Amino acid sequence: MNRYALGVGAAAMVVGAAALADPNTDVALEIDGVAIKTIAASAHADNPIGDTLISGWHYRNDETRALQLDDFDNPAFLAVELGRELWEAADGASGKSCADCHGGIDGFAGLRANMPKWSEAAGRPLTLEQWINWSRKEHQGAEPWKWESEQMLGMTAAIAVESRGMPMDVQTDGPMAEWFEKGRDLYYTRTGQLDFACASCHEANSGMMLRADHLSQGHLNGFPTYRLKWQGIGSIHRRLKGCVQDTRAEPYAVGSDELVALELYVSWRGEGLDIEAPAVRQ
Amino acid sequence: AALLAGAAAQAEIAPSDVAIADGALETPVADAPGDAERGKAWYADRGLGNCMTCHQNAALPEISFQGDVAPPLDGVGARYSEAELRAIVVNSKEVFGEQTFMPAFYRIDGLKIVRKESVGKPILDAQQVEDVVAYLKTLTD
Ligand code: HEC
Ligand code: HEC
Ligand code: HEC
Repeated sequence: MNRYALGVGAAAMVVGAAALADPNTDVALEIDGVAIKTIAASAHADNPIGDTLISGWHYRNDETRALQLDDFDNPAFLAVELGRELWEAADGASGKSCADCHGGIDGFAGLRANMPKWSEAAGRPLTLEQWINWSRKEHQGAEPWKWESEQMLGMTAAIAVESRGMPMDVQTDGPMAEWFEKGRDLYYTRTGQLDFACASCHEANSGMMLRADHLSQGHLNGFPTYRLKWQGIGSIHRRLKGCVQDTRAEPYAVGSDELVALELYVSWRGEGLDIEAPAVRQ
Repeated sequence: AALLAGAAAQAEIAPSDVAIADGALETPVADAPGDAERGKAWYADRGLGNCMTCHQNAALPEISFQGDVAPPLDGVGARYSEAELRAIVVNSKEVFGEQTFMPAFYRIDGLKIVRKESVGKPILDAQQVEDVVAYLKTLTD
C-alpha cells in the first residue's frame, strides 16, 4: 500500500522519524461490554475507499486510544453529563424539558446514525444540531443553541452515545440524492492555495504521515469528538471546516449547505462502521 | 521597458506567464540567481515551502517528524536537471499530472475559494522559487 515503502524506510533510518505509519488494527474497541465495529467491510461495493473501512481510532497512538475504552477516562463525558442534565431541564415558552415530550433519551437510540436526515417540514436534510434547534423552536419555544455552544455539544454528545454500537445508516436516495451528489462533488473539489481535495488526504494518502499527522480515512462515526488539540469537544462541521481551512481556503461556514452535503456523503462512505461517539482524537 | 529588453532573459516571469515544456523550465523565474542557504530556510518554513510535511530529507536531521506521503528528496539534485527541478517546484501539476498531491508553488490560476490574504499570490515568490531550486541542487546523495 505504501508506494514509496523502500525509499521511506531508508530515509527513516537516517532521519530517525520512524513514526510510520499503518493503522494499528490489532486492537478492538469494546466499551461497557458493547463491541463497536471500528473495522468493517464497506456496505457499498462502489465505496471509493475500497473493501475495508477503518475508524480514525486505529490511527491514533496508544494513549489517545486508551482514553476511549472507559467512559470514566473519556474527557468527552463532561459534555455528555451536561447534555443529560439539559435533557431534564425545562426551557422556553412551553416550560417543558426534552424529557417531558420525548421521555427517556434512550428513545433516540439510532438517531445519530441516521444523520443528516431528511425533514419533510424543512424540505431539506437537517443535521442533528439542526433537528435539535428545530424542535427547540417549534415545540419547546426556546432560543436556538449556537452550533458550537457547550449546550449543543453536550446535547449532541448525549444523544450520540445512545447510538453507540449501531451502524451508520443514512438515506441517500429520493430527495437526498441531489445533496449526496453535491457532497460527492465537494469531496473531490480541490480548494485553497494548496489545492487539496478531501480525497487528496483521506483517500489517496490515508495511512501516510503528513508531518506528524497520521492520515485516516476521515470518518464521522466518532462525532462529536473530543480533540486533545482543541482541549474540548467539537462538532463534525468544526472538523470539516478546519480541514478545508488547512488548504488555505475561505472555508465553508458551520451549518452551511456545503458542509451538510459533505456530512451526508462522508457518512455514506462510513457505512459499515458503528457509531463510536464521543470519540477521542489527537 | 524598452531599456530592459536587452536583459529580457533575466526579467522576472509572472506565475501566469511561465511556460513549462517537457517537464522542464530552462529560464529562471527571478531576475537574480538562487541562494541555496536561503532556499533551505524556505524549504523548512511551515508557511512557505513546508516541504518536510510530505518529503523526507536526510540532509535536515534537525527537523523531526518529516512526512512520508511523497518520495524522499535525498539525491534529487543528481536525479534531475536544474530546469526539471524548477519545473517541479513552479508547477508540479505540469510535471506529474493534475492529480499529484504536490502543490504548485508558483501558480495563481485555476484555484478555488482561496483565502483572502492569498488570492493572486503564489505560495513562493519568484526569488524564493530560485532559492529552493538552488537548495535542491545541493541534495546530491
Ligand atoms: C413540547 C414538546 C417538545 C419539547 C419540549 C421538545 N421536543 Fe423535540 N420533538 C417534539 C416533537 C412533537 C417532535 C416531532 C416528532 C416527529 O415529527 O416525529 C420532535 C422532534 C425532535 C427531534 C427529531 C427526532 C427525529 O426522530 O427526527 C429531535 C432531535 C428533538 N426533537 C430533540 C429535542 C431536544 C434535544 C429537546 C430539548 C432541548 C426537545 N426536542 C424538546 C416535541 C418536543
Ligand atoms: C491537507 C490534508 C487534509 C485535507 C485536504 C482534508 N483533511 Fe481531513 N484530516 C486531515 C488530518 C491531518 C486529520 C487528522 C488525522 C486524521 O484523523 O486523519 C483529518 C481529520 C479528519 C476527520 C476526523 C477523522 C476522525 O476519525 O476523527 C474527518 C471526518 C475529516 N478529516 C474529513 C475531511 C473532509 C470531508 C475533507 C474535505 C472537505 C478533509 N478532511 C480534507 C487532513 C486533511
Ligand atoms: C502535500 C505534499 C507535498 C509537498 C508539501 C511537497 N511535495 Fe514534492 N512531491 C509530492 C509528491 C506526492 C511527489 C511525487 C509525485 C507524484 O507522485 O505525484 C513529489 C515529488 C517531488 C519531487 C520529485 C522527486 C522524485 O524523486 O521524483 C521533488 C524534487 C519535489 N517533490 C520537491 C518538493 C519541494 C522542494 C517542496 C517544497 C517547496 C515540495 N516538494 C513540497 C508531494 C509534496
